[in-house]
Amino acid sequence: MEIKLTELSNKEKAMFALRALYASHGFSMFRMSKFEAFDLYADNRDFMDYASIITFTDTDGMLMALKPDVTLSIVKNNRNIGDDIRKIYYNENVYRVSPRTRYFKEIMQVGVECLGKVDDDCICEVLLLAAESLSILSKDAVLDISNLDILSQLIASCRVPREAEEKIAEEIGKKNIHGLAQVCRDYDIGPARCELLKMLITTYGKPEEVIPKLETAFAKAEGAEEYMASLGRLKKIVKAFRGSGFEDMLNLDFSVVSDLKYYNGIFFKGFVKGAPDGVLSGGQYDKLMKNMNRNSKAIGFAVYMDNLGRLSRFEGEEVVIRG
Amino acid sequence: MADMINVALPKGRLGDRVYDMFEAAGFECPSIREKNRKLIFENPEKGVRYFWVKPSDVAIYVERGAADIGVVGKDILMEAGSDIYELLDLNTGCCRMAVAAPKGYVNDPDSDLRVATKFTNVAREYYASMGRDIDIIHLNGSIELAPILGLSDVIVDLVETGTTLRENNLEVIEEIAQISARLISNKSSFKFKNKQIEEIAGKMAEQIK
Repeated sequence: MEIKLTELSNKEKAMFALRALYASHGFSMFRMSKFEAFDLYADNRDFMDYASIITFTDTDGMLMALKPDVTLSIVKNNRNIGDDIRKIYYNENVYRVSPRTRYFKEIMQVGVECLGKVDDDCICEVLLLAAESLSILSKDAVLDISNLDILSQLIASCRVPREAEEKIAEEIGKKNIHGLAQVCRDYDIGPARCELLKMLITTYGKPEEVIPKLETAFAKAEGAEEYMASLGRLKKIVKAFRGSGFEDMLNLDFSVVSDLKYYNGIFFKGFVKGAPDGVLSGGQYDKLMKNMNRNSKAIGFAVYMDNLGRLSRFEGEEVVIRG
Repeated sequence: MADMINVALPKGRLGDRVYDMFEAAGFECPSIREKNRKLIFENPEKGVRYFWVKPSDVAIYVERGAADIGVVGKDILMEAGSDIYELLDLNTGCCRMAVAAPKGYVNDPDSDLRVATKFTNVAREYYASMGRDIDIIHLNGSIELAPILGLSDVIVDLVETGTTLRENNLEVIEEIAQISARLISNKSSFKFKNKQIEEIAGKMAEQIK
């Protein structure tokens, strides 16, 4: 039987193109059941909201869930990695409440995960793969990168309660300078730290412009050495992108934040012109690995196929299946 | 040529005031002053396209990318929890989100507090943060009537001057948040039209007292 590419929907073409890309980079396909024991999410309740999960009782009385997430299942099923790096890609549907409609939704994800000895080279490889994924989806794409370690260190130095830490991260995520200033006033955060926090909102753009500004601002801050090391990691990424053809796609944006209890280090989001939401999201999740008693590190990203909306990139085009 | 910036403005007095700010920032669109029933106005020379929408819909237009930027009250953002960038507090349309009750009201901790409001999410979160069980009564208008007729114990609503409350023998008993108009941006538009959006936000920031 012959399947003509023109018979496929845009979403299907994109899906196959991404899968072929990941396979060509040495990632192995990981397949999983649609169901997962609910205990997995109960043990990681901060990572996945209870109310966002469809549950049912299996015939043996065990409480099960329709998978709301892929990452937890991949971590659960990959033990004893040792000094190796396990490179996995997946193409799965997950089921959870859409924050927009507040109703349950089937969401198709294609993504990759690297588990094990994740070093800077591996991080750069994953970021380049994220950029290449975006280039498959659109000719006009942006990859925003942040280093969560900078925000975590700065927030920790404010010595405020957990609720205030969450509010700071929330306001930075919204680029809300006014709201951030209010939180600083409410929790007596001094002007110097407040200014550094504000800088994480205002310094958006090309790495070569943003990094020098941050180096100057953080040079005299308490714990300057750690800040410089975190900026150094961003510089390594910029260097890795040089000559890749994707360097123009790269922006630094410290408002790209996620749950600091689970994520650390490099975190990123991808956008394509014409889609109102981010279409790709990923980052390092060493803290989640530790929480699940794994001694190794991890990084990954997912492409949210539903967020591609009505993009016409693939209409009438031949998809080149590599590999 | 750079892409047009689509701006969602809230219909009404607030919209008129903030359009003045866009105009003063150098992004005028004279046709918007004409008396007609058109909803969309553009000035290709300045690269802007304005449209009037119901104030409570501005955040939806921006979040979904139909508008790149817009102006919306903080009350609507708090209620909707929209996934947008909140670029600027425009310091106009200022009021308070508050809890009000009949004068002399005494809280009964033994029973669920009956709260009438159109801001059900804000009220739920506010009382949840205090560990207080409430019975939410969603109303779309004339909220002040609810405690007078015994429909609710208190109301959560916007208070500007307090005149309506006073004339109905109600008073503010707790303040939840300060409210004002905010300049918001769609997250994706901020990446692809960054220069224009930053320029507009910068020039509007200069006008804020």
